[in-house]
Amino acid sequence: MSNALETTHLSKRYGRTWALQDCTLALPAGRVAALVGPNGAGKTTLLHLSVGLLQPTEGLVQIFGCSPLKQTTETLPRLGFVAQDHPLYKDFTAADLLTLGRKLNPRWDDTLARAGKLSGGQQAQVALVLALAKRPDLMLLDEPLASLDPLARREFLRTLLDATVESGLTVLLSSHIIGDLERVCDYLIILSASHVQLVGDIQEIARTHKRLIGPRQNVDAIASTHTVIETSQTERQTTLLVRTNGPLFDPSWEVQEVSLEDIVLAYLSQQVTESLSSSSQHRMEVVQ
Amino acid sequence: MIEFHLDAHSGVATYLQIVQQVKQALRLGRLQVGDQLPTVREVVAQITINPNTVLKAYRELEREGLVVSRPGLGTFVQRTLASTSLASHAALRESLVRWLHSAYEAGLDGESVLALFMSTFQDTQKEEIVYQDT
Repeated sequence: MSNALETTHLSKRYGRTWALQDCTLALPAGRVAALVGPNGAGKTTLLHLSVGLLQPTEGLVQIFGCSPLKQTTETLPRLGFVAQDHPLYKDFTAADLLTLGRKLNPRWDDTLARAGKLSGGQQAQVALVLALAKRPDLMLLDEPLASLDPLARREFLRTLLDATVESGLTVLLSSHIIGDLERVCDYLIILSASHVQLVGDIQEIARTHKRLIGPRQNVDAIASTHTVIETSQTERQTTLLVRTNGPLFDPSWEVQEVSLEDIVLAYLSQQVTESLSSSSQHRMEVVQ
Repeated sequence: MIEFHLDAHSGVATYLQIVQQVKQALRLGRLQVGDQLPTVREVVAQITINPNTVLKAYRELEREGLVVSRPGLGTFVQRTLASTSLASHAALRESLVRWLHSAYEAGLDGESVLALFMSTFQDTQKEEIVYQDT
């Protein structure tokens, strides 16, 4: 299957700070993908690079095999983008905005832009309807749910998902609300500290990650075949979160399912621990 | 037409919840041969769920021979799970109620009843497997 979005060693630096580093990922066409990560992880940078609003410092980004910077006639009509906080021209009525959309977009579809669709978080809905009515093949949304109440959030997702039915539309939405994502998305990209931590099919991720609980013991045996994401030890008990790379045979472990939220948090806190320890090392070097 | 509902905290994969709810409806006779399942678009509108998940559930049901998808028309029930057993449900239910009353009289509470039922159920499942193997 072809990829809607593909990045290779994509990096972006602002001054001396890397906002995104060595990001290599592929988003297959037709997926609804979640891009999760804490604030400052590089989510917005990745989205802006993907729509051609930013130029990469290093690496490559491609939309359906074309560069969003150099081949804009190929890419722009196929891209939909809803920026953070759903920016709209504040003095325009919804009807004005739809007229604007109609005049600016060659593939505009009026049947998708019915004003009757507006309800709930109306500004967000207008921004979404505007982006959908240009009939993009890839829709990128930057924190679309952040400012919405639960009802408006449901309404927004319903409109978005309805657009994906039978259209083959690919969606990438960034969020730090994990709760809704499991039913809405089928693909997951975890980004933290400007690096990609995990990319893949959500069901597959949920299936391969397990929590193991057992008597306190050395984790080397497990770590030799599986990937240990998180370890916590008490005097008598060891609890692990692992990505399994095959069947688990050791009967001393009790195996439990893990929620998607716990998996995401484990990856995010893993990164925090590592970056904290590296920065404390760094500080020690400075002190010496 | 049946409606689906999702339990986000069940730990059961979303597509499996749909598969199980269709099977449950087939067992209880709420869905019968020839009935149409809701379209993907209807399910999406109803429970705000990824369309690929609905397709995956319907494909699984089709693989098991329970439904058949007719392009352009929809997905229809082809086989039911209720045919042979539904008639005996009422009598079984009656004897189960009698059994429950005697369990309560013996001092068991709801949780003890469930625990006893599940462990007995699992034991008989094991026996069944042994029985089938020999």
